[in-house]
Parts: sequence; C-alpha cells; structure tokens
Amino acid sequence: MQRHYYQPDAETMPVNEIKKLQEYKLVHQVRYVYENVEYYRKLMDEKGLKPEDITCLDDIRKLPFLSKADLRDAYPYGMLATDIKNCVRIQSTSGTTGRRVVAFYTQNDVDMWEECCARAIVAAGGSAGDVVQVAYGYGLFTGGSGLHGGSHKVGCLTLPMSSGNTDRQIQFMMDLRSTILCCTPSYAAYIGESLKERGYAPGANSLKAGIFGAEPWTEEMRRDIQNSLGIKAYDIYGLTETSGPGVAFECECQKGMHINEDHFLAEIIDPDTGEVLPEGEKGELVFTALDKEAFPLLRYRTRDITYLTREKCSCGRTFIRMHKPMGRSDDMMIIRGVNVFPSQIETVLLNEGYTPNYQIIVDRVNNTDTFDINVEMLPEDFSDTPKIITTKEKKLQGAMKTMLGINPKIHLVAPKTIARSEGKAVRVIDKRKRLGINT
Amino acid sequence: MAIKQLSIFVENREGTLVEVTDAIAKAEVDIRAMSVADTNDFGIFRLIVTDYDKAKASLEEANCFVSITEVVGVAVEDKPGALAKVVKLLAEHNINIEYMYAFITVSKQFAYVVLRVADNAAAEKILVENGVSLVSEEDIANL
Ligand SMILES: [Zn+2]
Repeated sequence: MQRHYYQPDAETMPVNEIKKLQEYKLVHQVRYVYENVEYYRKLMDEKGLKPEDITCLDDIRKLPFLSKADLRDAYPYGMLATDIKNCVRIQSTSGTTGRRVVAFYTQNDVDMWEECCARAIVAAGGSAGDVVQVAYGYGLFTGGSGLHGGSHKVGCLTLPMSSGNTDRQIQFMMDLRSTILCCTPSYAAYIGESLKERGYAPGANSLKAGIFGAEPWTEEMRRDIQNSLGIKAYDIYGLTETSGPGVAFECECQKGMHINEDHFLAEIIDPDTGEVLPEGEKGELVFTALDKEAFPLLRYRTRDITYLTREKCSCGRTFIRMHKPMGRSDDMMIIRGVNVFPSQIETVLLNEGYTPNYQIIVDRVNNTDTFDINVEMLPEDFSDTPKIITTKEKKLQGAMKTMLGINPKIHLVAPKTIARSEGKAVRVIDKRKRLGINT
Repeated sequence: MAIKQLSIFVENREGTLVEVTDAIAKAEVDIRAMSVADTNDFGIFRLIVTDYDKAKASLEEANCFVSITEVVGVAVEDKPGALAKVVKLLAEHNINIEYMYAFITVSKQFAYVVLRVADNAAAEKILVENGVSLVSEEDIANL
C-alpha cells in the first residue's frame, strides 16, 4: 500500500529526532515567551525560574501551568508576544464558558496551523482533485478557516460552505460531488439523517471521508456517521488556544490521533496534583506550543481527559497518538442511558433557525428520566393561535430525536426570557442531583 | 376596516394573568373583548382594547410578549338566530372561522363579536353585502 503524507519528513521522523527537535524548540520558546510575555514572565519569576533553567525536555516540568482562567485574565492583549504589526489574524472561542479567549496569529502561525490541517486532510485520503466541503462555521471560530486553509495547501477544490443551511449543503454536496466533508460530528450526523429523509441511499453521494472535530463524539456516533454517509470518519483535535483544529489528527488506522509533535508537545498530568503521568496513563492533556509567535502557550491545561501512546502505528507516522478525549465531565449528561452533549442541542437549534438560547431540565420521575428543553421562539413565530407554536415544537422535537437518539419535550417560550448567562451551569438544570443520582 | 387584536403569550404559571391585566390597567386602557386559548404549557390571551398602541407599549414594558393580528368585528342584532346567520353566511362562502368570541360590552341593540378568519377582506365583503354591520376601531373606542 502506498503511503501518503503531507510532510513526510516531519510526519515519519524517528522518535529520537522528534525529541531532539522538541528540546531545541522548547529551550528557545521558553526564552522567547519570558522575554515577550509579561504575564508568563511573572509566573516564572514567582517560581524563581529563569529561561536558562530550561535546558532539556524534562525541565518542562519546572514550568508553571497556564489555564483558561489565565487566558481570560490576560484578555485581550496580555498574552500577545509580538507587535500587532506582525500579526495577521484573530480567532476566538465561542465564549460559552465565560469570557472569550482571543488568539492572535502571525503569518508563520497561520501557515503552521494550516499545514497541520493539511496533514489531517492528506491522512484522510485527500489530494489535489478532491472536493472538500467545509461545513464548519467560518468567522471567529477556528473550524472553518483552519480546514479551509489546509484544503488550499493540499490543493483541493475547497467549498467554503460554513455551517447550517442543510438544504444548500446537500445540494452542493450532490451537484459538485464533494469527496471530503469537514464539520462537527453532530452536524455530520444531522446531514446523514437529512440525506436519508430525502431518500438518498448512503452510497448516493460522492463522499469518501469526513474530518470531524470541535466537540466530543463517541465510537457509536462514528459508526452511525460512517454508515449514514457511506464514508470513513476521521477525528481531528485542536483548540483555539493552541491554534485551532489540526493539533492532532487521525490516520487511516483510526486508532487515536497523531499529535503534530514538531509543533506541539503533549503531557498528561494528574489534574489534582499537576504531577506528570507516565505514557499510557489517563489524565489531563497539557499542551505546549513549540513555535507559535503571536500567541505562545506553555503548558496549557486543556481540561480534556485522555491518554497517550507511542506504540508503532501501521500508517508509518511516528508522532505520538492521543486517545479520543471523551469531553469534559462538566459538559456531558447521561439521560435515559444516552450521552447527550449541549453542543448537539445547539447544533440542532441553529440548523432549525433558532437562537442558541435554551435551557435543559432533567429530572427523574417514577424511575424514568424526564428531559425537557426550553427554547426561545422567534418573534415572527408567535401569532394568535397555539397551533403554530405546537407544530413548531413537534418539528423541533423530531430534529432533536434524530440528533440525540432520545425524545426531549420541547417548550417554546417567549423571546429573551431565558437568562443569558456566562456559565454553562444555567444551560442545564439537573434535578436528579437532589436525588443523589450521579450524573 | 379590520380591527386590531392583541395576542399575549402567557406561560402556564401563577401570576402571569395578573401581570397582563396590571399592565393594561397601568396604560389606562379598557378591555372590550377577550378570550384565552391554552395548551398544557402556555396560553394565548387575546384582547380587544380601546387603545392598542398604548396597551402594547405597557405590556412590553412589563416584559410581555405581544403580537398584533387583524380580526373582523361584527355587530349582530341582539335577537335569536342573528349570530347563526353570520356563521352560515361565511360557511356558504367557504370562509372558515378559526375562532370567535364576544365583546364584554354590549349596546342595547347589538352584540359585538370578534371573528378570526384567514382572509379578512373577503369575509368583510360578504358580510357587508349581506347587510351585516361591521365594528370599527372607532366604535370600540366609543363603546
Ligand atoms: Zn497512524
């Protein structure tokens, strides 16, 4: 079997050379950050650390961690390591868990990020001649622009669809014969269901692969998507803080994601003690960006729980692999035995034309979980009869059932009545907790 | 000729009707007719008032969710069979009445009724042609 890599020299570099490269880059990057980011310099000074104390890879353990809270504290310009005149791009997180994180990029940063995405596309079987449908959101969100840039680098015909407008997605997919779909897994599942509803068989489209990320998804979901779209579904990982998608990507073996180790150094730590754990042990994933110029990141705590393996991969890549993180405990709910992520509910709301203002109420009555979602109706949907509203509720319920596999009860409520909140807690009211049920 | 009706979305919880009626009272507007359509979850409170602009502003101030629909106001003679005649007339012309309700205030001669149909103009034309009097916003203000 012929092997395809976007940058074979890097992707198949012997492990000892990867480590040497990482060491070299780390020593330089720590000095660069110390000299250019006051926020991090203070953290190092507090520990009595100087850049010259970092001389080898193991010395990384001496460095202080960064958390999302640090990035929020430093908002907007506190983490910027270079003059604005050297920066060409801003991307941002959605801010659903509080104040946004705003990341900056120099042209080199953008190139590095897009090359990482290009590696992911090639690993999924992409090459010039492929039609890549990018159905991640564009704009501040990194999903759209990351895969878009990667697709350009590979030389694919790039379809910048952005997310939503499923009818148009399907029309373009069919008419232009898209071969690779990039979007969130929940949207891929939704497109799969929508194709089925329109009477298309799984093989009726020209897709061969999908690159799905930006939210946690399960192996079951992967199977469903692969079946409904007739494709191979690849996982991709990344955070706005680290650049965007492409920090790690899956190869054809679909056994964990190769971390782009020439640019990112991964550690697994005990989330309680901060102690570094040996390879293979489960803990919190921590990333150090080794060559980012505008928005450098040393020992950033992702809050994702996973483990790493350096076992040889039959794809020929030598980069360490991370297991699919199963989301953060604060995000996922188990309702009637089914895993439900708020992001899936948001996806459906946006697809159906609602605002993402909702509230989930879960309770347990007569040993059965009740699952209610309050959604703000659109002002134009309200008139003088209940029928219009109840019909809309039924349609939304059907779309939720398709995405989640279980039936919530939908309640449309008046616009602007669901409290706008910084935290995610208010999005979910789990009354089962009063019963002492561990959710 | 159609008259304006306020529809207010009310959640089925205690106190919502109080909020609505308080807001109307605060606007110093009189309610001329009303009806409620409800489901398990919510209700829609429909009102004909003497000054709907003022009422709407006051309701919105009280964070009520309001929409305005046009309905037909009909003055039927206060005698047996008068309303039946109107309903029959519309049915004969394939105009479906979605709902109807009566005014609270009545004059000596007429009972006023609100009719909700899909096509106001068509309904009005038929009614007028057949000698049924319509109610105008002016009539409502003068009741
Ligand atoms: Zn591999």
